[in-house]
Amino acid sequence: MRHHMCLLAAAAALPFLAQPGWANMVYVSNEKGNSITVVDSTSMEVVKTIEVGQRPRGITISPDGKIVYVCASDDDTVQMIDTSTGKIVGTLPSGPDPELFILSPDGKTLYVANENDNLVTVINVETRAVVAEIPVGVEPEGMGVSPDGKTIVNTSETTNMAHFIDTSTHEITDNVLVDSRPRYAQFKPDGSEVWVSAEIGGTVSVIDNKTRAVKHKITFDIQGLRSEQIQPVGIRISADGKKAYVALGPANRVAVINAETYEVEKYVLVGQRVWQLAFMPDGKTIISTNGLSNDITFIDTATDEPIKSVTVGQLPWGVAVAPN
Amino acid sequence: MTDIPGNISIRSSGHNRFGPVQYLVCLKGILVREGLRYLHQRERFISSLVRPLLWLFIFAAGFRQVLGVSIIPPYQTYVLYEVYITPGLCGMILLFSGMQSSLSMVYDREMGNMRTLLVSPFPRWFLLMSKLLAGVAVSIVQVYAFLFIAWFWGVKAPASGYILTLPALFIAGMMLGALGMLLSSMIKQLENFAGIMNFVIFPMYFASSALYPLWRVQEASPLLYKICLLNPFTYAVELVRFAFYGKIEWISLAVVCGFTLVFIAGAIIAYDPSRGLVIKKQEGGNN
Repeated sequence: MRHHMCLLAAAAALPFLAQPGWANMVYVSNEKGNSITVVDSTSMEVVKTIEVGQRPRGITISPDGKIVYVCASDDDTVQMIDTSTGKIVGTLPSGPDPELFILSPDGKTLYVANENDNLVTVINVETRAVVAEIPVGVEPEGMGVSPDGKTIVNTSETTNMAHFIDTSTHEITDNVLVDSRPRYAQFKPDGSEVWVSAEIGGTVSVIDNKTRAVKHKITFDIQGLRSEQIQPVGIRISADGKKAYVALGPANRVAVINAETYEVEKYVLVGQRVWQLAFMPDGKTIISTNGLSNDITFIDTATDEPIKSVTVGQLPWGVAVAPN
Repeated sequence: MTDIPGNISIRSSGHNRFGPVQYLVCLKGILVREGLRYLHQRERFISSLVRPLLWLFIFAAGFRQVLGVSIIPPYQTYVLYEVYITPGLCGMILLFSGMQSSLSMVYDREMGNMRTLLVSPFPRWFLLMSKLLAGVAVSIVQVYAFLFIAWFWGVKAPASGYILTLPALFIAGMMLGALGMLLSSMIKQLENFAGIMNFVIFPMYFASSALYPLWRVQEASPLLYKICLLNPFTYAVELVRFAFYGKIEWISLAVVCGFTLVFIAGAIIAYDPSRGLVIKKQEGGNN
């Protein structure tokens, strides 16, 4: 009887044993290294490097964790990587120079910012076909999608605007002026606000999603740093909507912000030129990509202390974490 | 309090009759005396805190952008310069304290208080070791007072590090205290000691890993790097630095323990509590 129980237990454990290495993998796009570094989030060690197209920047993962999408900017394409094999299994027609994109919450549509063509390209991931091309401001970059998938926000670096786009009509419904060189747009999990970072302006504009007006501007001040060194880029807001993290570029720090009062609570020291961020699925850790120091830093969100920095490829740009 | 060892000497006669209790009473007496002396000298307490805090608040503030961009063991991620130099500043406290308690021995000798120790029937090595232990205990209190203030300045190590570093601080303190003792045995007068302070404390502190990581020193000057590697203070600082993060740097541990034994042995052999007096008498006789 005991043997049977042991066998049953072993059989039940098999599926977990078979792929323990693939749980919560972290995918980092290396802009200069033309590769994706795969880091095990448990051991915080590099497990694999996947060669991809030229100048990989924007990176995201499908909701089921099976496909990683990477903007190969200089190859003018979006590459799809099978996470189980680490092989490139297809490409998407992204239009020229894709920099950043966002996947709709259902994982079926990809919205790509084409920096040189002033367009947002809408791609059906299943048919791998372009559905629409939406003209936006000059040098579009940041992309955010509302939790219900009905609205996307694109930021244009030179026009200094956040464009609100209705995903059913593919039309711009609102344009909101923000500070100089907006880089990134992030919806609050409840969809009430959109946070837009302005790299040169050094601010994060909080836009009310109902009135489509800037309701607050977050500024940063780090002792001993000149204001021009503080360049907000990537933003992430916790699932409960209480805390926000903003990557501050050459300030080498990630700002921790109370997302309800908009007060900056802390600056976490990470590597050089911190660019993008990603939460682990449990929200207990956030990861930053540090471009110039070629590493990523794991930050504990309970204490907001950096835990460990791990060297990845050359010029890490974006990061995506497998949901499973 | 100064006469505690003296009292014991009246009650007992001859080394061989002392049991562990008497030894402990003697040790306690020396520890209490050193502790009280420290408490009474408020300036000493304040100056022992102000010195590293000045380095932390002023010196490190200016350097925080220059450093803090490299990861070297035991650090797992980027640290501010303030965090980097904190173990070095702990070492600095131990170094100054070690020298200062031996300074007090020279003072005692010059003032004649050392005769109390001289008449004590306890073996000299035991008296020296007790004195050393007392000095280290006082300096560790100073280190923790400094770490407490630094904590409010945002210089924090993992919570367990504050306990784990205690043995490292103790061993490092013993080494530096023993060095101070050895030096004090080699000099004749208080005035000479000030010179040795300058020739020992500052070179030891600056030519070590206390202020800059060794790889950076090596980049700047390979010769200085070699000097740093020969400096026992470097190993004391690294031992404390690793202990803060729950790690043992075995090479540092071996080097610090080795030097501690050498310095203690040297101090016991070389230390002659009456030497200053003898020389003075000789000088007086000659005149």
